Amino acid sequence: MAEQIAVQAHHSPEEIQKEIRVYIAVFCGLAVLTGATVGACYGLKLPVHYAVMVAVTIAIMKGFLVAGFFMHLLSEKKVIYGILALTVFFVAVLLWGPLEHFLNRMGGGIR
Amino acid sequence: MPDTHTAHALELEIPYTVGHRADTGLYNGKLGIWLFLASEVMLFGALFSSLILLRTSAPLWPRGWEELNVPLATVNTMVLIISSVTVVLAWANLRLGNFARGRLFIAATLVCGLAFMVIKGFEYAHKFELHHYPSTNNFFATYFLLTGLHGLHVVGGMVVFLYFLTFGSRMWHRDRDRFTNRIEIVGLYWHFVDLVWIFLFPTLYLL
Repeated sequence: MAEQIAVQAHHSPEEIQKEIRVYIAVFCGLAVLTGATVGACYGLKLPVHYAVMVAVTIAIMKGFLVAGFFMHLLSEKKVIYGILALTVFFVAVLLWGPLEHFLNRMGGGIR
Repeated sequence: MPDTHTAHALELEIPYTVGHRADTGLYNGKLGIWLFLASEVMLFGALFSSLILLRTSAPLWPRGWEELNVPLATVNTMVLIISSVTVVLAWANLRLGNFARGRLFIAATLVCGLAFMVIKGFEYAHKFELHHYPSTNNFFATYFLLTGLHGLHVVGGMVVFLYFLTFGSRMWHRDRDRFTNRIEIVGLYWHFVDLVWIFLFPTLYLL
């Protein structure tokens, strides 16, 4: 019963209106971060290793906003977290070799 | 007591199209789309992995902004971000019971998808004018492969939005919750397409 009430509260018009305001705020955040990436990497023409750090950091922040708020991953069911954890593990395995190579080159002075 | 025809129809009905499963707490479609998205993460993950390996192994690799049109790609990034907002607004309005506004936002998402593809078309046309093809070098091979595959995903999403804007919208009058769930599902797919672009844009154009 308590769960049923919680579900109803989640779907109340007030709650949905509040969600809409959050979506608009997230959009503004994404727009600002896009401007920041372009400004730093294209406007300032940063050296590649600094550009990689800035671009990847900002892309992760933007990805968090999209996945967390638009895809509602901040309040999802455990089964979805389980699916994603498994996916992240296999992607990490895929990326490990190339990233290690990249980091070695950075240490040796990548262009 | 239901007659034979009704009983048969009930037997054929797919369970959990709206209600949540007891084991997962999700309706079937949502669990399905997340499993599909997991496979998509692996697909793009493999391609990103290949790109990193090719780039770090190459003796020479151009900076993205030397070869590609950054202002045009920035506009495209904003178009996709706007489309992500319009699709969540469509879903929110359908949950509020406002079908007209929900459809308007679905149409806006479709227009954004179209705008993205038109801009991408201009970009490709300019590359072909300069005789830059996938066979030119590894840089353009990865550029055309990644943006081309991403573009196909955009087109796939547009087809689904077009369906829900036209024939598929009849479902709203029969089963509102199910229609709303379907928009949530296509929305999740669309956000994933946006998410891929968020990583593609700096990787290809800015680094």
